[in-house]
Amino acid sequence: MNSIILVSIIMTLVAASTPILLAALGELVVEKSGVLNLGVEGMMLTGAVAGFAVAFSTGSVALGLIASVIAGIGTAMIFAVLTLSLTANQVATGLALTIFGVGASSLIGAGFVGRTIDRLGPLFPEALSGHPWLRALFGHDIIVYLSLALVLGVSLFLRRTRAGLILRAVGENDASAHAIGYPVIGIRYAAIAFGGALAGLGGAYFSLALTPMWADRLTAGRGWIALALVVFSAWKPGRLLLGAYLFGAVMTFELQAKAAGITWLAPEVLAMAPYLATILVLTMMSLGRKTGRLDAPACLGKPFSAS
Amino acid sequence: MLEWRRRREPSRAMLYLSPLIAIALTMATGAMVFTAMGYDGLTAVFDFFLVPFLEPHRWPDLGVKAAPLVMIALGLAIGFRANVWNIGAEGQYIMGAIAGTGVALATYEMSGWWILPAMALAGILGGMAWAAVPALLRVRLQVSEILTSLMLTYVAVQVLYYLVRGPWKDPDGFNFPQTRMFTADQTLPVVIPETLVHLGIPLALVIAVIAWLVLEKTTAGYAVKVVGLAPAAARHGGFSAERTTWVTLLIGGGLAGLAGIFEAAGPFSQLTPQFPVGYGFTAIIVAFLGRLHPLGIVLGGVVLAATYVGGEIAQTTVRLPQAATGMFQAMLLFFLLATDVLVRYRIAFRARPAKVLPR
Repeated sequence: MNSIILVSIIMTLVAASTPILLAALGELVVEKSGVLNLGVEGMMLTGAVAGFAVAFSTGSVALGLIASVIAGIGTAMIFAVLTLSLTANQVATGLALTIFGVGASSLIGAGFVGRTIDRLGPLFPEALSGHPWLRALFGHDIIVYLSLALVLGVSLFLRRTRAGLILRAVGENDASAHAIGYPVIGIRYAAIAFGGALAGLGGAYFSLALTPMWADRLTAGRGWIALALVVFSAWKPGRLLLGAYLFGAVMTFELQAKAAGITWLAPEVLAMAPYLATILVLTMMSLGRKTGRLDAPACLGKPFSAS
Repeated sequence: MLEWRRRREPSRAMLYLSPLIAIALTMATGAMVFTAMGYDGLTAVFDFFLVPFLEPHRWPDLGVKAAPLVMIALGLAIGFRANVWNIGAEGQYIMGAIAGTGVALATYEMSGWWILPAMALAGILGGMAWAAVPALLRVRLQVSEILTSLMLTYVAVQVLYYLVRGPWKDPDGFNFPQTRMFTADQTLPVVIPETLVHLGIPLALVIAVIAWLVLEKTTAGYAVKVVGLAPAAARHGGFSAERTTWVTLLIGGGLAGLAGIFEAAGPFSQLTPQFPVGYGFTAIIVAFLGRLHPLGIVLGGVVLAATYVGGEIAQTTVRLPQAATGMFQAMLLFFLLATDVLVRYRIAFRARPAKVLPR
């Protein structure tokens, strides 16, 4: 395999991995605080449509990205109010959030179907980003580098900071954390907002960078793969990065098989590969573990009320 | 100051009232949101929630849309009661249609009364097979059925695409990606002449009554409830959580599969790439709107069916895009979950604590 092909594979792989990396990293923080938000797909979709609508209307991709983050947080707040303040079931509310995201993005996006915008360009100057093989390192857009920085940031935050320790304490034992005087609900609100921001940004990566064109249900279940990725990572940011790039490889399998001239495999079989791979990975994770429920935060998915 | 007070016992009144409050809130919010978006919001809400009921010629349509929703939601509700979160009903619905269509294509040149029952049986088995995978993984390996059942939906869609574009493509279909039209022996009989009301509609009602009897009047139904509410107590009582997971997932898959083949042998009369219409997801809302109660689910199915029928009306009257249907459905689910708090809590006024004056 020559280096040109290798570089182009790296480029597609990184691009395909970035949105699920972002969404999964956000969800990792949410789950570390003891909350299970199954609405990742919904938050990604509202982020994707808000980002596209704003970028299309204003001509500014940067404004689009900001809008996607706001939309992601806004959607996440619906979940937060329902589950934290009204103690609604987290599984049901997460599903509701996804159904909402599908509906809202489809409604708002109805006027944008088939429209295109100028996609988010590389961060570094042409000399580096256009270089035949240096572009494997320097040819990406700002969100790719941001996602890598965020992995490092979240990892350090969780392991090295006091705030990270408190967040984990809330996820491991909410009653004790409350007894010591930490605001369990407030911390969970913050974690859910962070998760929403990253899911929104991840969604916008589809509509502003990957396929700078609006299509209904653009994320095609990637939000659910992000959820599986959190399980795969055993709630560790470093493993999450590895997992996201592995999934990216499976997702670009379809493109690469086409490029390599493999025609005996039906395109539908290639299209189902990421979803089958997700089931396979979840199964292998369960086979490989020794005891109990992996390293899931102890309070994951359980409602909390102070009284 | 306002505060939530936990009720000693869940309020029965609120149990029945809160779905109605949720519908009212959805209508109010919908009117505001769509007005803000520049549509005639009031007319939209009227079209969505009232016109389908006010105009008798739309009732058959309501039945046609409600039947698959009710069938799927019944299966889901049994699982939800036991904390088994099958959210891949859409995939089981597609797989049921595929399995039943397989029988239809194999019996294309034959005739006989037995063909339709054979298709229905294949549909049930197809849906069950698709639900058996998450059941097996959950029971044996504790893999979340939420993720696996959902992933399998995306796989089922691709299987459908493959079949209708490839081996099952109608040889006389001008290269359109769709199967042959089913023959008279392969389509559901119409029970009210001159309408679209097919056999699936009364059957959905019969299944709802059976589900109600089983859930409310038998030990098996009680076991499902106990496993969901108090897993530890269920173990002591000898109710196996594993068996409950299997049974609820297989029932859910079987009913979704039956709904799938009925949709293929009824309104569609063939398989096309447009077959996955999201009933499997909407049925989740139906199950919650019906309070996981079989008879409530029948009512919930009719309400959600109205949002489909109403969506078509609003498209012509106020030019609301089709996607508004999804938006109304999502809002309904949010408000349902939000008003649920009223069942367990009541709003109370709390007197301000007397301030201790500093000396």
